[in-house]
Amino acid sequence: MSFFFEVLIGGLLSGVMYSLVALGFVLIYKASGVFNFAQGAMVFFAALTYVGLLEQGFSPWLAVPATLVVMVILALLTERFVLRPLVNQPQISLFMATIGLTFFIEGLAQIAWGANVRGLELGVQDEPMQWLVEATGIGISKFDIVAAGVAAVLVTLIALFFNRTRIGRALRAVADDHQAALAVGIPLQQIWAIVWGVAGAVALVAGLLWGARNGVQYALTFVALKALPVLILGGFDSVPGAIVGGLIIGATEKLAEVYLGPYVGGGIEGWFPYVLALLFLLVRPEGLFGEKIIRRI
Amino acid sequence: MLYREAGQFKTSYETDAAIFPIRQDRIAMALVILVAFVAVPLFASPYIFTGILIPFLILTLAAIGLNILTGYAGQLSLGTAAFMAVGAFATYNFVLRIPGIPILLAFALSGVVAALVGIVFGLPSLRIRGFYLAVATLAAQFFIVWFLTKVGWISNYSSSGVITAQPIVILGYTFTAPAAKYLLVLSIVAVMALAAKNMARGNVGRSWMAVRDMDVAAEVIGIRLMRAKLLAFAVSSFYCGVAGALFAYAYLGTVEPEAFNLDLSFRVLFMVIIGGVGTVLGSFLGAAFVTLVPVLLSVSVRFLDRNLGLHIAESTISNLELMVFGGLIIFFLIVEPHGLARLWQIGKEKLRLWPFPH
Repeated sequence: MSFFFEVLIGGLLSGVMYSLVALGFVLIYKASGVFNFAQGAMVFFAALTYVGLLEQGFSPWLAVPATLVVMVILALLTERFVLRPLVNQPQISLFMATIGLTFFIEGLAQIAWGANVRGLELGVQDEPMQWLVEATGIGISKFDIVAAGVAAVLVTLIALFFNRTRIGRALRAVADDHQAALAVGIPLQQIWAIVWGVAGAVALVAGLLWGARNGVQYALTFVALKALPVLILGGFDSVPGAIVGGLIIGATEKLAEVYLGPYVGGGIEGWFPYVLALLFLLVRPEGLFGEKIIRRI
Repeated sequence: MLYREAGQFKTSYETDAAIFPIRQDRIAMALVILVAFVAVPLFASPYIFTGILIPFLILTLAAIGLNILTGYAGQLSLGTAAFMAVGAFATYNFVLRIPGIPILLAFALSGVVAALVGIVFGLPSLRIRGFYLAVATLAAQFFIVWFLTKVGWISNYSSSGVITAQPIVILGYTFTAPAAKYLLVLSIVAVMALAAKNMARGNVGRSWMAVRDMDVAAEVIGIRLMRAKLLAFAVSSFYCGVAGALFAYAYLGTVEPEAFNLDLSFRVLFMVIIGGVGTVLGSFLGAAFVTLVPVLLSVSVRFLDRNLGLHIAESTISNLELMVFGGLIIFFLIVEPHGLARLWQIGKEKLRLWPFPH
């Protein structure tokens, strides 16, 4: 039984990491209706920039704000050269543009910092905590706990930002209706730059945590693909949905791999979340917390 | 002056609804077919056949398939490559397990198998739409590739699911020369492209377009949504399946399930978007763009590298290509959001007036 709980808790905690990536998607989708496929590339770019700056002799405390500045510049450039010319285009065009952006960022990151796999040390050990194993027989890494804590802080901050600040309210207005928001004098372009900047910051946090766990490498971009079933499970436009969806996906994926995997030859982690999310969508087509869409003729 | 409909009167409904209603179009089409079937095989080198023309035609077929689903019926799919994989592996099994089966029949049957798989993965489209559906089709992408890798029977128990395509034999003639393979692929693509164009102008195509534009309204005027959507998935997957079979048999030869990964799905989607959503011509233009740009990029980067003595590292070149390709996609979406096919439309408008300004 303790093995079951170990798998469950491990899954939940890795689900937190998925949530962090999904959060970046949700932010941008909420504020601009763009399905930003480049979020994974942004995670990769942020982690690579951080490690690259460390190699240049920056201290870790200086490298974080420096990377943040780079991510904000990237956000500003994206808004100016990709989003602004594509205002009022169908969503599919914007989606394709972000796939183009993905290629661009991946190429840029590897030209700027090289394509080698690098380790990233955050000063938190990624080993099961000894006292917990002795007390309950369940091995949980300290790193996972820290990651969960960081995610909790981040979500709280974002929730406060969305609900309590002027900019947050403007963001929600833009999400509801671009034209109406423009009509009451909300500067659309500034808002988009801000939201892409915030998504860049979220990508940095996700990149640091994922990079510390798996090493900073090209495979980080695939993490974004894992965030997609989280999104459809939770709903594209819901911050709590991203968190709850991440937890569900993380837990069921690990449980399925451990308990169902041996019967079908293993490796089902790759598609199980998608099939799960698909079956779930058949019951609730807009996800757990997504806004219900009413269609009229 | 060159291109005008004036004087071409239509006296029956059939002539009005013809695939190519204007004489100039028919002449142009005949010329293109003549060039493709006669002139190109005479002058092209084997590298051009195997490196450019054959993949271009095969990917065009896949793009037409996706265009039927996304462009005409409005159902966004990211699982194209998986349906291609189904086609490739189904053909392999038909040829392997049914001795003496004609290869063209095997291609067609594998298209049918892909269509059946497509219907299964199309079922969610009855409930969900938009990006939710797009992400849901990723389930098909990952599940099918995993399935083909894991189930040994499909690849005849070879390691990691690699299959080697059997030689293509039709009526005792073995297609090994690049030119012969090219002609075979070209014939199949030409017939299927015409069929797609024919479908698009008829009842089926119109019901798809109605579903695309607003499915609730389409349902109200009496289009059976379930039938229209599932038919779109089936036909689209049929095209992708045949394209996948050709991809394995006429292009790669030896293929593993991983060759049909998400990257290929995205490349086909690019072709549809860049070429023009909802046009068969666009599939050709888009496929030409996506196949040619990487080739041109690597040629031109190497040319610059040699002549300027920059000595760019190999990995930098491939990353640079990635960047330029991504940038070009964004550029094209901004400059011509309706795709390359729209440019052709504008060109036709211009030709209609030429040489007069109005």
